[in-house]
Amino acid sequence: MTESRPDKYMGQALKRKEDPRFITGTGQYTDDFVLPGTLHAAMVRSPYAHARITNIDRSSVDGMPGVVAVLTGEDVQAAGIGPIPVGWLLPDLKVPAHHAVAQGEVNHVGDIVAVVVAETRAQAEDAAALLAVDYEALSSVALGSAALAEGAPQVHDDVPGNVAFQWEIGDEAALNEAFNRAHKTVKVQLRNHRLIPNAIEPRASLAQFSPASREYLLYTTSQNPHIHRLILAAFVMGIPEHKLRVISPDVGGGFGSKIFQYQEEVIVLLAAQKLGKPVKWTARRSESFVSDMQGRDHESVAELAVDDQGKMLGLRVNTVANLGAYLTLFAPAVPTYLYGTLLNGVYKFPAVHARVTGVVTNTVPVDAYRGAGRPEATYLIERTVDVMAHELGMDPAEFRRINFIQPDEFPYQTPVALVYDSGNYEPALDKALEMMHYQELRAEQERMKGTGKILGIGLISYLEACGLAPSALVGQLGAQAGQWESSLVRVHPTGKVELYTGSHSHGQGHETAFPQIAADELQIPIEDIDLIHGDTGRMPYGWGTYGSRSAAVGGSALKMALGKITAKAKKIAAHLLEASEEDVEHEGGVFRVKGAPSQSKTFFDVALMAHLAHNLPEGMEPGLEATAFYDPKNFVYPFGTHIAVVEIDTDTGVVRLRGYGCVDDCGPLINPLIAEGQVHGGIAQGAGQALWEEAAYDEDGNLLAGTFMEYAVPRADDLPHFQTDHTVTPSPHNPLGVKGIGEAGTIASTAAVANAVMDALWHECRIKHLDMPYTSEKVWRAIREARGGMGQAADD
Amino acid sequence: MYPANFDYQKASSVAEALAVMAANPDVKVIAGGHSLLPAMKLRLAQPPALLDVWGIEELKGIRREGDWFVVGAMTTHADVLRSELPLFPEVAYEVGDPMVRNRGTIGGSLAHADPSADYPAAALALGAEFVIRGPEGERTVPAGEMFLGMFESAVQPGELLTHVRIPATVQASAYEKFKHPASHYAIVGVAVIRDANGQIRAAYTGAGEKAERLHRLEERLNSGQPVGTGLVESATLLGDRFASPEYRAHLVDVLAERAAARV
Repeated sequence: MTESRPDKYMGQALKRKEDPRFITGTGQYTDDFVLPGTLHAAMVRSPYAHARITNIDRSSVDGMPGVVAVLTGEDVQAAGIGPIPVGWLLPDLKVPAHHAVAQGEVNHVGDIVAVVVAETRAQAEDAAALLAVDYEALSSVALGSAALAEGAPQVHDDVPGNVAFQWEIGDEAALNEAFNRAHKTVKVQLRNHRLIPNAIEPRASLAQFSPASREYLLYTTSQNPHIHRLILAAFVMGIPEHKLRVISPDVGGGFGSKIFQYQEEVIVLLAAQKLGKPVKWTARRSESFVSDMQGRDHESVAELAVDDQGKMLGLRVNTVANLGAYLTLFAPAVPTYLYGTLLNGVYKFPAVHARVTGVVTNTVPVDAYRGAGRPEATYLIERTVDVMAHELGMDPAEFRRINFIQPDEFPYQTPVALVYDSGNYEPALDKALEMMHYQELRAEQERMKGTGKILGIGLISYLEACGLAPSALVGQLGAQAGQWESSLVRVHPTGKVELYTGSHSHGQGHETAFPQIAADELQIPIEDIDLIHGDTGRMPYGWGTYGSRSAAVGGSALKMALGKITAKAKKIAAHLLEASEEDVEHEGGVFRVKGAPSQSKTFFDVALMAHLAHNLPEGMEPGLEATAFYDPKNFVYPFGTHIAVVEIDTDTGVVRLRGYGCVDDCGPLINPLIAEGQVHGGIAQGAGQALWEEAAYDEDGNLLAGTFMEYAVPRADDLPHFQTDHTVTPSPHNPLGVKGIGEAGTIASTAAVANAVMDALWHECRIKHLDMPYTSEKVWRAIREARGGMGQAADD
Repeated sequence: MYPANFDYQKASSVAEALAVMAANPDVKVIAGGHSLLPAMKLRLAQPPALLDVWGIEELKGIRREGDWFVVGAMTTHADVLRSELPLFPEVAYEVGDPMVRNRGTIGGSLAHADPSADYPAAALALGAEFVIRGPEGERTVPAGEMFLGMFESAVQPGELLTHVRIPATVQASAYEKFKHPASHYAIVGVAVIRDANGQIRAAYTGAGEKAERLHRLEERLNSGQPVGTGLVESATLLGDRFASPEYRAHLVDVLAERAAARV
């Protein structure tokens, strides 16, 4: 059995174990679960961005076929259901109440006004469409800066001036001093526009209540079922957490949007309890557009100062973060601790200062979306760095190179709180430049002048902080959660192994990668190992998957639990071999006596004896099972360089992403195939923001991109072949040395593609900055106007 | 799942379909369903009854009749793509994706008269004819009289578009399309052909409320002048977040230049 086992599973590009069920349609998603007698809920959603609900006429759906109940905000209040809490508190944070069903007022298009429960989905939808609701429209505001303006509509009475928080980081006096001695400064206004996550599986929830045991069961599309259990039980429903089992089965993508505890989850739990039958809700795609938490939406001013050698002296940032109508789970942390602390990038900045104003508006709430704060920071830094490089007349690669933190300077304390554990930025830059034949691209850029096509080369060197997070640290910063992870390893008598983790896989390939870690540690075939996750009834504790934390934190917890297993197994083996433990080695898949290789015990022998307990060391408990909790000592800091190449058609303004190459450093790779897949998806998503995607609202808060006919996500034929490579700088402080790769592609590629477009426009007609997305008309107009201003352009 | 309730019936012949429409004026004809079903799912359309004409055999396939191809209205985009029709295969390739093309039909698309559809430009440029049958019998409508406005074609209530007649011989043809980044419908599409006599005919779609001939382009090219600019004559062009009227007019000029260079 052990002969076929490779020497090492870690680092092997194994095909994903979960894929056969996904690609043959046998995955089990929340909507696939059918409980006897299930009723179906349909949401009545506000067509107004801001309105008072003056009347809900329940009789308007009386007698409609199959209708069982109508729930309104009053019913929620009468049931004693609390508002959905915020999981990260900042000083003086203003938190408007976020009820499961609106209580008197709606605050964004899509806000839930009422719920119709019926025997079938179609009946529920029909009745929900006809439920008569009277509204008194109120004035509304959609843009963050507009909400701050004098006389702006007030979204909530208890959030004066629409300001939920004001936050700052860094030494402002030091920064001002740096600017005073600057040789040159640049100032850039940047809008990091709003996005819709668009997971392929819409959100869904199915709840059941047992009157006998008073236990609830909730199937839901969650990236972190344990967080759902904690919030729903302790804060919203007011029940003991062991009376609520949350199962998050196969989940078709999240990108952050399935972290948060949503209104519909409360609604189905309440409805199931009130009606005594299971209740299911599955979002229509058009509901996803107006009810899944959205991402980004910053308006910023960035100022960068350099000395006469081109060395960076300081970065000043002022950001208005649009939080939408309510503050959801991580919303206050995303534009502050996941953004402001990252504004140092990979550079040796003597001073950085950032001020962030969190603003409520009449739009869908904004929370973590793939990268969560870090793409916003990377875009701001890297775009501003390019503007400076252009104005200095320096090559963007060289400008970055002379400002990198050097490898012998780690651990590196930045001016914005973080201590980078490790890094080596120049090799990644050089490898990327070589991979993309950077100098040849620059020559081609010159040759193309006058052809009607312009070439742009966008380069960025990013850094992110992931592997969330040291619990005590985030607790000090306002997190209402721990950020450790736990793992349970259960060895069965046959030597088959189940791994349990509090991490959750919704596209990350944990069912393959975690067993790769375990197979090496236990030295058994990977086929003997299964990963169990996503069920609070089977794995008691965890904090879920977001912030590229699963490998670094969940993987480390697993490694610790495995260490306990092998330690006990070795004791049992030594006992069976009648040798002292020190004389036994665990190698080549067996426990054997050093110097007497013929005497050995397999993992199976040990597992069986652990369970039979016929012959165990004196005083040892039977069984072979271990739990570990791992709390990281620091964040981990992946980094790398990405290069995007675009071609712009000056006649139409169309931007074509022609080439893309990246060198990422996420430490040792557990499974290079999965890592590459994460990078590919991440690049596509980030490029989508730069070129096409935009959750555009009109000024009154109507979503203008509410279907895929209007919201442009990238398609395969919009994207070039991605060239990917890695450097390997292990994290010094976790047992695997791993960092994270789930968000790196998105964090880097938006800025890389944006810089490529602006590189082209700078070289062609000295345009300093345009906001994303670079839609064709925007680019065409900019070129036309710039040429108008410059007289006849060279190629006309 | 999400549409409002509706009745559904299938017709197996044109005669049967006409009889059903005569008996029930509220019935909505469904072919491939790729425009109607999305509208129904969003409840923007709530027809009380659907009449499915997909299965009518006499409406399928392409045959040659002298100087014309006669294309059954229920011929799919995929079959158009693989056909020997002039220009239309190139245009069909620009319609949706393989799943859409396997289901969507030439007749459904043309009768629907979506201002952003691709085929109308080709039909106008080629001088196609539309065979429409109704309670009064059969009539043939020239392309120039087919597209009346936004989602408004010459096909009247109670009538069925049965065939599209397309000239079999042209010397050259080209279609240039500028796709909407989200829907991939035409923000602008320009079709240019050189007919059997060497004369240029051209039309655009997407930019306005309906597809139109590009007479200025035809005049210029047929008198040996360059394409130039300012080709669009219509005063009412469409505009949205992705393309203003001015930009659309400019795109017509750019795409006309590119298409003209290929014929």
